[in-house]
Amino acid sequence: MLKSLTKGVMGACRDLAPIILVIAFFQILVLQRPFPNLGSVLLGLFCVIVGLTLFIRGLESGLFPLGEEIAQEFAQKGSLPALIAFAFCLGFGTTAAEPALIAIAAEAAQVAAEAGAIADTQSDKADYAFNLRMVVAVSVGTAITLGVVRILKGWPIHWLIIGGYVLVTMMTPLAPDEIIGVAYDSGGVTTSTITVPLVTALGIGLSRAIRGRNPMVDGFGLIAFASLTPLIFVLGYGMLFG
Amino acid sequence: MIEFLVLLSDMAVSTAVDVAPIIAVLVVFQVAVLRRRLPNLGRIVRGFAYVLVGLTLFIIGLEEALFPIGETMAKQLTAVGADPSGEVRWDDYFLVYAFAAAVGFATTVAEPALISVSLKAEEVSGGAVDAWGLRLAVAVGVALGVSLGCFRIVTGTPLPWYIMAAYVIVILQTFRSSRTIVPLAYDSGGVTTSTVTVPVVAALGLGLAASVPGRSPLIDGFGLIAFASVFPIMSVLGYAMAASWLAKRRPSKSTQPPED
Repeated sequence: MLKSLTKGVMGACRDLAPIILVIAFFQILVLQRPFPNLGSVLLGLFCVIVGLTLFIRGLESGLFPLGEEIAQEFAQKGSLPALIAFAFCLGFGTTAAEPALIAIAAEAAQVAAEAGAIADTQSDKADYAFNLRMVVAVSVGTAITLGVVRILKGWPIHWLIIGGYVLVTMMTPLAPDEIIGVAYDSGGVTTSTITVPLVTALGIGLSRAIRGRNPMVDGFGLIAFASLTPLIFVLGYGMLFG
Repeated sequence: MIEFLVLLSDMAVSTAVDVAPIIAVLVVFQVAVLRRRLPNLGRIVRGFAYVLVGLTLFIIGLEEALFPIGETMAKQLTAVGADPSGEVRWDDYFLVYAFAAAVGFATTVAEPALISVSLKAEEVSGGAVDAWGLRLAVAVGVALGVSLGCFRIVTGTPLPWYIMAAYVIVILQTFRSSRTIVPLAYDSGGVTTSTVTVPVVAALGLGLAASVPGRSPLIDGFGLIAFASVFPIMSVLGYAMAASWLAKRRPSKSTQPPED
């Protein structure tokens, strides 16, 4: 128990080491001055390392095995409406809880308040951040559903993605300027540590269980949808409520 | 100390609310739709507790450390580059571009989500895709993307132009690439920008936009993550073209029969 926890902490340290090296290099050799508030930053880094360790351990011991098992059971014998409902709920659920999205939505709300796009009160900022998260979560749910249907039907992925690119290109000039940066970023933000392994397991599991599907060609691609649809949905959100 | 504990408990409550949907989805479908009992209930409950505590600490750490680091470094580096006359010249900011590339590369190589996907890709492709090569290709893409994104913030040119141009290149590459690599390449765009990369890179963009004269954080500050999620698609497709050229000289193992 203690040993595996130590191993986890080592892993988290190793994951963060390149970042700390880069920052130390620029701070000491290039800028040549001490880092401001070093104490609170070190405390924060300690929290990040311990938090990441526990988080990944929790995912590996509890959530991932459960998620993978469900995906495989669905792939082998689940009914279609149930599979589609599961795909949507998985996309929505994992995205609503995504720490990176929580962080970026709060930052976006702060910036929007400073720029005067929304009132600078705690509740308005919380509302803005919450709405943004929900729009992105619904769009990821839609994306995973679409991606699962693609795997079932065996559609080639590039036509769908290129279609999405064309849609983004057409919507961009019509959307308000303030939302564009947030919208373009939201695509990348959605798919991270919680979402990726769960969703990848779902895609690979499905394409392995269905006859005539190649896991390399059909199994990947769910994440690609999940990083394109938030763009379209957030642009649409901006056009409607901006 | 008391202040810290209050912050901790507030965070714990909001994290519980945030993680609840995943648990609900997995449990409802397992119990109500598939009608299976939950295997290893004790382990799952313990895993949930770890996730809750871990996420709480992680978010506090982000706010205390990673966001301020990205923002402070961006401000200091732009201050070094800034012209005293207040005029913005893009070539004053080479340090920022270098820092952006280094941070993009470092955070991406370390990204747990990318590690898991590249191992999966190596397994599924029967070794035709090399996990380490894929990670390096993605990291190079992120480094180029974030660096170019900083150039965009400094010059204040519109974000959509860059992204549209990137889309055109991706589409052209798609038609020149082998069918087996395209879905993985598209996926790698979304996988790169994860829990570690996003806060640092987003803070870098916001900090840079706040300190370069004439830039608005709201309009110019966002967008780095968009660069970081489009450029890896190009670099992975490019890497695949090179790899498939090499693989032509070896017997192909890329088609594996599906497993049960």
